[in-house]
Amino acid sequence: MDSLALKSEFPILNQEINGHPLVYLDNAATSQKPRSVIEAVKRYYEWDNANVHRGVHTLGSRATDAYEGAREKVARFLNASSSREIIFTRGTTTALNLVASGYARQTLQEGDEIVITPMEHHANLIPWQQAAKATGATLKYIPLQPNGTITLEDVEATVTERTKIVSIAFASNVLGTINPIGRIAEIAHRNGAIIVVDGAQSSPHMKVDVRALDIDFYAFSGHKMCGPTGIGALYGKSRLLERMEPIEFGGEMIDFVDLYESTWKEIPWKFEGGTPIIAGAVGLAAAIDFLEQIGLDEIDRHEKKLTQYALERLSAIDGVTIYGPREDRVGLVTFNLGDVHPHDVATVLDTEGIAVRAGHHCCQPLMRWLNVSATARASFYLYNTEQDVDRLADALVKTKEFFGYEPVR
Amino acid sequence: MNPLDDLYRRVIMDHYKNPRNRGTLDVESVTVNLNNPTCGDRISLQMQIEDGIVKSARFTGEGCSISMSSASMMTDAVKGKTTAEAMQLAEKFSSLMKGEGASFDEYEDIEALSGVNKFPARIKCATLAWNALRKGVEQGQGKHEENVDQ
Repeated sequence: MDSLALKSEFPILNQEINGHPLVYLDNAATSQKPRSVIEAVKRYYEWDNANVHRGVHTLGSRATDAYEGAREKVARFLNASSSREIIFTRGTTTALNLVASGYARQTLQEGDEIVITPMEHHANLIPWQQAAKATGATLKYIPLQPNGTITLEDVEATVTERTKIVSIAFASNVLGTINPIGRIAEIAHRNGAIIVVDGAQSSPHMKVDVRALDIDFYAFSGHKMCGPTGIGALYGKSRLLERMEPIEFGGEMIDFVDLYESTWKEIPWKFEGGTPIIAGAVGLAAAIDFLEQIGLDEIDRHEKKLTQYALERLSAIDGVTIYGPREDRVGLVTFNLGDVHPHDVATVLDTEGIAVRAGHHCCQPLMRWLNVSATARASFYLYNTEQDVDRLADALVKTKEFFGYEPVR
Repeated sequence: MNPLDDLYRRVIMDHYKNPRNRGTLDVESVTVNLNNPTCGDRISLQMQIEDGIVKSARFTGEGCSISMSSASMMTDAVKGKTTAEAMQLAEKFSSLMKGEGASFDEYEDIEALSGVNKFPARIKCATLAWNALRKGVEQGQGKHEENVDQ
């Protein structure tokens, strides 16, 4: 894989920030978009735009074909058994909320348990807190090991016959930890629970086969994997989707409407009230094409190599603390630099043209577990190179000197 | 001077490394807890206000060099001021953040924070303590506690 050549496919990367060529290392927040995705969205608006599922006219059919074609593509991308199992959503957050409101709140009873981990993003934590409060179910946590992983023994110990839902990130957006989803699914199913997987940090980077892993619900966002913002998807096994209630009502999702009663369309359309995110779906399909052309396995290999290089370079800098496991992790490195606050680190890096994230990364409970108020995070994607990591490492050395405890001037 | 030096002048680093008025008050006081949910910075400000005068102010909290040095400077600057004068200082600080320039006379350390206005993402850090000051003065005579997200 030639990352440098791939870089030229992303128009935004060809610019200077504060007098330096941009090094974009905030991919876990959102990735940049290749020309092919931008063009696909543009082409859709310039040639095919119409509302879906209703127009008798030509554009209406083209827009519907494009939208439903995107659904087919997502189904193949995840190896779902049918495109009926794919619901388009605004992103991972909306998808997880749909499961928590449409499925969990309808099926949970007092005494039931929901099991999650302390490494969850707020999007896979608060919906369950709320669902637990609304139903009287208990929210339980699989404890973390000191290196930021979970053990299968702890999963076994936490998941019981009262557990109805296990919800977990495939990969942590802070620690980079990749969780053993297949094994966890097995344990959940053995106890009669379903498994919900937050795929926001896995789908951009690795091949995910929902059937091989026996995942019940899987949520991901398009914008972290070269697609537009505002589009994502929820995969759900059809028998579960049949049981799940819609939470948004209106046009598009109805079968028959009377003055006092209405009925819904079949899955997945009963969950897509209102005009859907058509252009977003078209962009997401183009993003999947782009990633598959390069190959998810190839991307995975590239990022793992780059991450190992980054771990080496950064841990060689005196004063750098790195969080999370050293192996089996996705392409991100979360760190702190001595007692320099991560905001200050990010500001100095920005003046060097390097974009990193600083803050709690929507993981406040995890920050408390790490015993820090915030961290900095560099996250990589297919267009990042070893030179980018070198620029980061060099800038961190400069940052350290700048905040050296000698007077600044 | 490059913008970075301008942002992190020696005086800011001095307040960050050696904060003034860090801690809590053991007298009856107004308490304001503010946090910046987007980045996790937080401050707890206590002010002893008697007869319309800020007798003392102390703070605890966590945050970057900009937010903590700003709190250090603010708590120093308002000490002995009437609540009206304290609010005027807060107004002046807003002008400073807008890049309008403002003079803080006897407390010119604060002017070192003027560089922040060139870093829009950091203005919220600098204003956290001053927003707590405004809340505290507004609570004024009332001696109750308030938790607010900024």
